[in-house]
Amino acid sequence: MSDLLDILANASFWVATLRIATPLIFGTLGVLLCERAGVLNLGIEGIMVAGAFAGWLAVYAGAPLWVGVGVAALTGMAFGLLHAFLTVGLALSQHVSGLGITLLATALSYYGYRVSFPKVNTPPTITPFAPMEWLPIPVLGAQTPLTLLALALVPAVAWVLYRTPVGLAVRMVGENPQAAEGQGVSVAATRTGAIVAGSALMGVAGSFLTLSAFNAFFFNMVNGRGWICVALVVFASWRPGKALLGALLFAFFDALQLRLQQSGDAVLPYQLYLMLPYLLSILALVLVARKASYPQALMKPYRKGER
Amino acid sequence: MRLERRHETSRAALVLAPIGAVAFTLAISALLVLWAGAPVGRTYALLLQGGFGSVFAWSETLTRAIPLILTGLAATVAFKARLFNIGAEGQLYAGALAAVAVGGMHGGTGFEASPWLLFPLMMVAAALAGALMLLGPALMKNRLGVDEVVTTLLINFIVLLAVSALLDGPMKDPTAMGWPQSVSLQSDLELNKLIAQTRVHTGLLWAVSLAVIVWAIFKHTVLGFDIRAVGANARAAAFAGVPVTRTVVMVALLSGALAGLAGAIEVAGRTSYVTLDMSPGYGYTGIVIAMLAGLHPLGVIAAGVFVAGVLVGADTMSRAVGVPTYIADVIVAASLIAVLVATLLTQYRVRRT
Repeated sequence: MSDLLDILANASFWVATLRIATPLIFGTLGVLLCERAGVLNLGIEGIMVAGAFAGWLAVYAGAPLWVGVGVAALTGMAFGLLHAFLTVGLALSQHVSGLGITLLATALSYYGYRVSFPKVNTPPTITPFAPMEWLPIPVLGAQTPLTLLALALVPAVAWVLYRTPVGLAVRMVGENPQAAEGQGVSVAATRTGAIVAGSALMGVAGSFLTLSAFNAFFFNMVNGRGWICVALVVFASWRPGKALLGALLFAFFDALQLRLQQSGDAVLPYQLYLMLPYLLSILALVLVARKASYPQALMKPYRKGER
Repeated sequence: MRLERRHETSRAALVLAPIGAVAFTLAISALLVLWAGAPVGRTYALLLQGGFGSVFAWSETLTRAIPLILTGLAATVAFKARLFNIGAEGQLYAGALAAVAVGGMHGGTGFEASPWLLFPLMMVAAALAGALMLLGPALMKNRLGVDEVVTTLLINFIVLLAVSALLDGPMKDPTAMGWPQSVSLQSDLELNKLIAQTRVHTGLLWAVSLAVIVWAIFKHTVLGFDIRAVGANARAAAFAGVPVTRTVVMVALLSGALAGLAGAIEVAGRTSYVTLDMSPGYGYTGIVIAMLAGLHPLGVIAAGVFVAGVLVGADTMSRAVGVPTYIADVIVAASLIAVLVATLLTQYRVRRT
């Protein structure tokens, strides 16, 4: 018990929590945007891999770090456009299209990595983002600018969704596309825009791993974080503020799990601690399921004039 | 642009669509081969040769196809009823573990009994273990409306960690020099080789028979009818008196059992013990195979052999011309997307507006 208090009293624990939360915040906001427009995007896991790889490769080739982030966003947008073409344009199954994109984006990234570095065993490194030591705020000062961006995006996305005509259009096509079309909103254009914007955030989520949390690209580095974001959006009832809360809560337990594992006197196998985040995700899904208010048109393809 | 439903789709179009889609994928992927600085023609020739060019190539391809056909069937059964089971990977490992738990070496984890009794027991245990992994998500979907895609995905990670813990502890092979590896199966429970001096084993007969059985269930039983009805429109099916919940539970049990058997048959036919890397994502590739086959159980056999051939051929090709083996995963994933589009175009025509 005193172990636990020691951990919680340590600033480095909270630094780790916020660091673990950052890619989840980007990714969860990305999924949220797509789903608010009525489209599930299971491409996130692969888009994060592609963002992590493309952003890192750009920086490795000599681009500034922020250009790397931009490249990751553009990579995300490209895959988002493909997902939009398949699910909005052709009204194919959103589940299957998303999984296909995850497989394709992951395979392309790994292939690209191996073609670029055929005989390399230790991954080449870059100089990642530095912590914002100029910022006189305890935990936040130890983070990199991408974390600040993630935190700033939460109110920004909320403002766009609830206070702008674009946000209203996005929510309308996610709830009732027929009615939206009747109001002169183009369902196809709005959904495509939301998917592309959301996928850009997913790409940035991936680039945080290679450009900020680590300084190299590894196989399996995304390791299910994308799927966690899909669960977090349900937990957050599709609200940006709650998405932030969910990401922080999840990261809290993940960081705790890491510390407990390191504290040495672990009585349980370490794998049980690693399971904790996934078990919590499922528990969270079950707990909020009854109250969850899905966007009414989620996963329902819309074809003009068809019912 | 808008889509207009075609009045009829010719049988030829249905067969040609996937073939055309795969050809299109290979043409696009040629750019990636050029990026790696290899000659396209030779690379593809080597890929084909490595997968299908000799008796040895065929035996390796068929060996690889066995788990893929089974996970492909698992996905087919579930997707047909719109139960999106993405958890075949975890179900496969659960089945493999159950197989070793029942049929492991004496003094290790297994039981002591005649193989005539133990072998069926092992298979039933594996099927049950896989089925149980999917039962929870199916019930959560039905009772609480929790999306099964997310739950089955998350359970994959949990199962892999559980396998890792068990291979470090209770099920660890003490003679494995510290490697996380389970005890071996009793040798009289192992499946026979189908062709001498190759790795292809009688699991192939299991996979093909199960494909025929699933096809027969779809085609000739009430359950098959119910599955198709629930998949087409659950609400209408319920209105028409189809027992939706029961059907989804049956589908979950059947789908999970098939993936669990994939694990047991891998252990009994190929590895003889469980390791953390016994499946390079067979559960996920199974989804692609099911879609390539258009959710047709017999098509799964062909799709499974095709994908296995690409994966096996890529190994040979990579050694010869140095194109990374990940090209196979790119081809498989891109084929999935291309086949989806091609199949849609057999049902709809695109009209400009």
